[in-house]
Amino acid sequence: MPDKHLSSQFDADLNALSSRLLEMGGLVESQIATAMRAFTQMDIDTCNIVIENEKLVNDMEIQIDMLCTEVIARRQPVSRDLRLVMAVSKAITNLERAGDEAERVAKRTKRLIEAGAMHNINVAEIRLSGQMAISLLRRSLDAFARLDTIAAAEVVEEDRQIDEEFRGFVRKLITYMSEDPHLISIGLDMLTIAKAIERIGDHAKNIAEFVIYIVKGSDVRHIPHADLVREANKI
Amino acid sequence: MSNMKTNFDLNQIDRLGGSVNVENNQQPQSEIRNALEVRDLNFFYGSFQGLKNINLNIEEGKVTAFIGPSGCGKSTLLRTLNRMYDLYPGQRAEGEINFYGQNILEQGQDLNLLRSRIGMVFQKPTPFPMSIYENIAFGVRLYEKLSRSEMDERVEWALNKAALWTEAKDKLNQSGLSLSGGQQQRLCIARGVAVKPSVILLDEPTSALDPISTGKIEELINELKHEYTIAIVTHNMQQAARVSDYTAYMYLGSLIEYGKTDEIFIKPQRKETEDYITGRFG
Repeated sequence: MPDKHLSSQFDADLNALSSRLLEMGGLVESQIATAMRAFTQMDIDTCNIVIENEKLVNDMEIQIDMLCTEVIARRQPVSRDLRLVMAVSKAITNLERAGDEAERVAKRTKRLIEAGAMHNINVAEIRLSGQMAISLLRRSLDAFARLDTIAAAEVVEEDRQIDEEFRGFVRKLITYMSEDPHLISIGLDMLTIAKAIERIGDHAKNIAEFVIYIVKGSDVRHIPHADLVREANKI
Repeated sequence: MSNMKTNFDLNQIDRLGGSVNVENNQQPQSEIRNALEVRDLNFFYGSFQGLKNINLNIEEGKVTAFIGPSGCGKSTLLRTLNRMYDLYPGQRAEGEINFYGQNILEQGQDLNLLRSRIGMVFQKPTPFPMSIYENIAFGVRLYEKLSRSEMDERVEWALNKAALWTEAKDKLNQSGLSLSGGQQQRLCIARGVAVKPSVILLDEPTSALDPISTGKIEELINELKHEYTIAIVTHNMQQAARVSDYTAYMYLGSLIEYGKTDEIFIKPQRKETEDYITGRFG
């Protein structure tokens, strides 16, 4: 928001909302990265860090939600200010859920370690999609910080690749499990982890869609990708 | 309005729906009808141009709000809609204002009749220094001959419409000036409604009122729009957002943007509108 309100406090309130959102995004990103490290290294202590920090994410969600409510109550924002507040309120829900998914990865990894399962299955797709999910979330937050709709549209497009990796992994998992029923228990934990990562991608995509909503005023959820790109590029 | 009568007769314009075109009943009910259509309207205070080439339609049975900074012309526009400006020398309007198809800017109008069809309520409550009953009956007598009982009914009906009956029914003979500010304003609305207009113009009707009275007037607007077309000028943008179906943003005598209120307040098309409604105007 380059230009200023007559009320500098209103500007400060809206800037605070965006900053807190980005701060929460940074925390969630770090939670996901830590969870993926715990999975890759099969390290139980790292799993515990993620599980422990999850409550920080929850606390931030509540604090930012309260800030949104206060801005609405005090300022009655309209137009793009209103869209910003609405988008922040929804984006933090997505971030909180992405945080839950990171915790899920950590918990399932812990269970795998405790079961002594380790890596009996080739998990290249999980590692790859984990990296993609972290990158996607970071880029959706960057797009939010810069209100860059073109970058946001790219995030939405790339989420499809994570979905594709997930489907590839599921196909492979089915083959593994049908060949060796002993792998079913581990396979289901792996499936949960892969699904959690796929969901993180979806949350990043949602946040990117909110960026287009703030800037262009168009709700681009559930519309064909070509239409979304057109909205993102609209002057 | 192709089969409109050519002779000008405001008496034949009822309240809602109310033009003379009753024979044209093939029109679907859902079709949008405009109570007022403003075309190429320019307005001058002497040599100063207060309105510049205004074009807009005021839809029947809806609330249309005019917003904009002081001096933007929104009250001026409202005052042209029932030729209130005619009371002042040196003020003139050019263009067309079609009231159900009849251009009210044409010469030779019966202005009193016009103002009974298009009533107005001002910023400050302006009850006449007479009883509550007479405040309402006075205007009605100018246009209609009613028996005492018919007049009693009309006064009760108008006070009910303005949500003032319960508060005023036991003191109809007391002076209108004895009422509170909010009640006085509702009395003025009752007075306007009593002559059964089709359009009610409200010029900042709540700017002198406390929040409770404001809330009552806003609720009243919501009730009245089922039977009347309403145009309101307000400095309170949240009020425009709350009560109106359409919003017009004006600046320096020009109409900058006009559209559905939901769209204006969520996604205005013009940056000037957005800057104003978000408080970036400076």
